Amino acid sequence: MNDHLSDRIIFDDVSKFYGEVLGVNRITLNIPPGVTTLVGPNGSGKTTLMNLMTGLVQPSSGTVSVLGLKPGDAECFFREVGYCTQFDSFPRGLTGFEFMMDSLMLYGMHPGEAMRLTHEALERVKLTDAAYRKIAGYSKGMRQKIRLAQAIAHHPRVLVLDEPLNGLDPMARAESLALFEELGRQGMHLVISSHILDEVDRISDRVVLITGGYLVAEGNIHQVRQEVRDKPMQVLIRCDKPELLASKMFAVNHCVEARLHSDGGGVFLRTGDIDQFYQLINDIAVEGLVRIEAVAPADDDAYSIYQYLIGSEGGPAR
Amino acid sequence: MTAQATTFFRTLLDQPWGLWWLQVRRMVRIEVRRNLLSKRAWWVYFLAFVPTVIVLIYLLKEPHPQAAMAGMTEVLAGIMQFYYIRLGIFFGCLGIFSRLIRGEMIERSLHFYLLSPVRREVLLLAKFAAGAISALALFATATVANFALIYLGFGPAGQDYVFNGVGMGQLEAYLAIVVLACLGYGSVFLLLSMMFRNPTPAALLVFAWEAVNPVMPSLLQKISVASYLRHLMPVTVRGQDIFALLTVTTEPVPGWVAALGLLVLIAVVLTYSCYRMRTLEIRYTTE
Repeated sequence: MNDHLSDRIIFDDVSKFYGEVLGVNRITLNIPPGVTTLVGPNGSGKTTLMNLMTGLVQPSSGTVSVLGLKPGDAECFFREVGYCTQFDSFPRGLTGFEFMMDSLMLYGMHPGEAMRLTHEALERVKLTDAAYRKIAGYSKGMRQKIRLAQAIAHHPRVLVLDEPLNGLDPMARAESLALFEELGRQGMHLVISSHILDEVDRISDRVVLITGGYLVAEGNIHQVRQEVRDKPMQVLIRCDKPELLASKMFAVNHCVEARLHSDGGGVFLRTGDIDQFYQLINDIAVEGLVRIEAVAPADDDAYSIYQYLIGSEGGPAR
Repeated sequence: MTAQATTFFRTLLDQPWGLWWLQVRRMVRIEVRRNLLSKRAWWVYFLAFVPTVIVLIYLLKEPHPQAAMAGMTEVLAGIMQFYYIRLGIFFGCLGIFSRLIRGEMIERSLHFYLLSPVRREVLLLAKFAAGAISALALFATATVANFALIYLGFGPAGQDYVFNGVGMGQLEAYLAIVVLACLGYGSVFLLLSMMFRNPTPAALLVFAWEAVNPVMPSLLQKISVASYLRHLMPVTVRGQDIFALLTVTTEPVPGWVAALGLLVLIAVVLTYSCYRMRTLEIRYTTE
């Protein structure tokens, strides 16, 4: 296997039809390690992509490989891959601990090792106290956590998470995001779909935007934003004289909107030509009339890109 | 041996048989626990042990005259032939085996298995083994209990019939029939549950097929579990009136041929089930 491919998740011209209904159409992706967010409205094909990645559904055409492995080769594949699905159901009558142990024992490991990994995973998702209670009595957030624990317990290299923040309270969300961030830093592949873009945006290295089963854009969030040229970019400039800066900037053609920041210490500017815009800012800074403290893009996050490329209908939460 | 055959056998030997065996054992443990210890298993217990309860009541109420032993032997054969094979094991296996895959799809928990490092064929065969063990645990126990209770009532004569006469041979034959019936019906219902969202109508068709199979041409009789089992019965019971339909005399077949024929049928059904399992998709929304 080519080394370049052995650390990638690859979709090669993959289509999936459910009878007459389109799941995804001609998707080609090459996902490197790091945190990748799947963004799209309900029914856009995010879960289908994840299911294709893990072999829960088979492609109608094209091929999928994860780290050079095919889902059909279950013994090798699922040692490297963990999938926390959206399905909120469990085998009946089990405690969280039993559920984890049953799952890990199928890896062929020694019971002692399975127990150690079970405790470790439960600790990571902060569910140790409820480990010996029946899952049927868990809250939605706890069920989400036990699914996450089951997906990470065997230390996979690829973690696929379908709406992993659903049902979690703000504290648990923050803890989960910190965990995802840490796993991403460790060089793992994390593929996350979430409606809560603000939160996953912080940890995402790249986004994959899909709608109606079609790939709209993919790549590093900033690069994707740069490619959306028909939408003026918004930049926040922190400075001591925002009104003066706004008037100067507004005098040039490419600046289409200026809006003062609510704290009065900056201005949001929208420009159709980002290169000229930065040149002008440099000139103003050199002139010395306005003391510029910081310049930062204000709409190169997943939510804004989503709004620009897909629109707000049925869209994700901010 | 050709080079191709050598490569084939080498590939076969290179497979992780040890891991598969371990996974099967662990899955069987999980599945048998679910099959036998869940509240929903009560009606399979009922199907297995209702004749046992009746035989027990009969034993407690009626003293067995020695002259009735031949009659009771026929009663036992009738219970096996008309109740267990036609009804008890049939519907018991329907309940156990159709739940193994379809039940988990309805409960939306099958994906946990499909996301574990277990080859799908191994998963299917482990589930089949678990279903078979569960069904056998109930129906073989019931068969032994029925046999013991019937001959217990005859005291020393019954003991002599069992240990010095043909009794033990009959019990072995009944147990062999139970094993083959559980495996045969189990494989069929496991496949039906993968082919149909609701396997019950298809199972009722199988039930009707099994009922009319004795009057079918010889070739069609081979596609039936009961037809193979009929040739293994140690005591033949002649039905009267409507039951005569169930006991149509067919061309005699040696026991080993019948057993082998059924095992081949089971192997074919399981092979096709493995293929279905390989291509199975999780789409709970359509369940």
